[in-house]
Amino acid sequence: MANDAIVVENLRVVRGGREVLPDLSVRVPAGQVVGLLGPSGGGKSTLMRSVVGVQVVESGTVTVLGEPAGTPALRRRVGYLTQAPSVYGDLTVRDNVRYFARVVDAGPHAVDAAIEAVELGDYSGARVDALSGGQLSRASLACVLVGNPEMLVLDEPTVGLDPVLRRDLWTMFRRLAADGHTLLVSSHVMDEATRCDRLLLLREGQILSDSTLPELLERTGTEDAEQAFLTLVDEAAGRHHDVPPPHVGRHVAPPPPHPPTGDGSPR
Amino acid sequence: MNARITLTTAARILRQLRGDHRTVALMLVVPVVLLGLLAWIYVDSPGDTFNRIGPSLLGVFPFVVMFVVTSIATLRERTSGTLERLLTTPLGKGDLMLGYALAFGAMAVLQALVATTFAVWVFGLDIVGPVWALVVVALVDALLGTALGLLASGFARSEFQAVQFMPAFVLPQFLLCGLLLPRDAMPRPLELVSDVLPLSYAVDAMQEVTTNADPLGEILPDLAVIVGWIALALTLGSLTLRRRTP
Repeated sequence: MANDAIVVENLRVVRGGREVLPDLSVRVPAGQVVGLLGPSGGGKSTLMRSVVGVQVVESGTVTVLGEPAGTPALRRRVGYLTQAPSVYGDLTVRDNVRYFARVVDAGPHAVDAAIEAVELGDYSGARVDALSGGQLSRASLACVLVGNPEMLVLDEPTVGLDPVLRRDLWTMFRRLAADGHTLLVSSHVMDEATRCDRLLLLREGQILSDSTLPELLERTGTEDAEQAFLTLVDEAAGRHHDVPPPHVGRHVAPPPPHPPTGDGSPR
Repeated sequence: MNARITLTTAARILRQLRGDHRTVALMLVVPVVLLGLLAWIYVDSPGDTFNRIGPSLLGVFPFVVMFVVTSIATLRERTSGTLERLLTTPLGKGDLMLGYALAFGAMAVLQALVATTFAVWVFGLDIVGPVWALVVVALVDALLGTALGLLASGFARSEFQAVQFMPAFVLPQFLLCGLLLPRDAMPRPLELVSDVLPLSYAVDAMQEVTTNADPLGEILPDLAVIVGWIALALTLGSLTLRRRTP
């Protein structure tokens, strides 16, 4: 389909002797914010690394903007935010952003715009290793935004940020999508699901769900993404969902004290 | 490869160094102190030992210092994730390696000028050949250190390991380069090994510059061997910079 920004077919990835993605196929439509949700260790980062072409894959194909992932022509068109902030601690915010701007041939005006977009204007002259954790991850994000890539692959861009900043960043992501950018954004904070056009729920290398949030809630008969996720996990395991699922990430809130009654199947 | 990306990478590395005054001071001051110490040790000795050993050290310093600095700096690129990020951008592996070579080459020229100035005017080292030839040899030695440092960092998983590569890569070359004993006086197997190692040629070239008024014809073959080693190390090093990792 011409409208798909990312097409993954039968992707199999093995890392450290473990089959992280056994056989994954998924499509990401262009011009949308697609949330990649699921617990830590579920394969989110591995899928993103495959999309930007830095992951050794065993088999399968990943096509991005019509080209095989990682080909030279894509390197200007796809921006990648690694999960750990990857910036130079011994440079200032501005020097970091300016360096990545020059690598992708973005103009000097783009440097200030990117720093403003992540609300680090007051810290642009500060050395990155003197920043707080949240500021650090925003400095890293600015280094991606500065190239204005058609597609942004953002691995947990809002982790450790306060609610106001998270809201502002998601507003920016929505604006980028409205301008025609495609965003693949991972998170293990389920309440960020409401900000996404589509949701991919990934657990143990399997796509549990690929739909919009309303479709997901309707199918599972639940109130929010977290409940829907728990329901799907239990469905996959063939058991009731009053048992907390294993391997849920540390930022996923524990199940509520009164789980909805019922057998967990769609109502 | 792209000239803009290479140059901006070199500028970024120099800017990182500029923010680290202590490292810059150590790079410039330590060779001077060691040369001064050496001159002092031999000040009352008969013969002209300082003039025999001093020039060789001018060739060894840039090699050792750039080896250590480069292997640690590129290991930091690998472990901090900046390398993975850079390899998703239009930056080529050659841009990164040449960027490091340019930045540290510039530092090596500065280091050579400072060390030579002190060696000649303060410690009384006799240099018969032209100073520019000495700077060229120091620069090539520094690039050799940078190239081997890039290669070594590909085999280091931690900064502890990277630091240990210094004695492993550098000290055998130092022992065999002809500084302790002329190379033709060593046991034959060791002489053959030292005929292959690049630091032997660096030290030969440096001694030629200090004893020969017109050393160009003598040092060009030495420099050719070292440049060959640089090319080999950079080629092997580029194999350790993989875009796709497991």
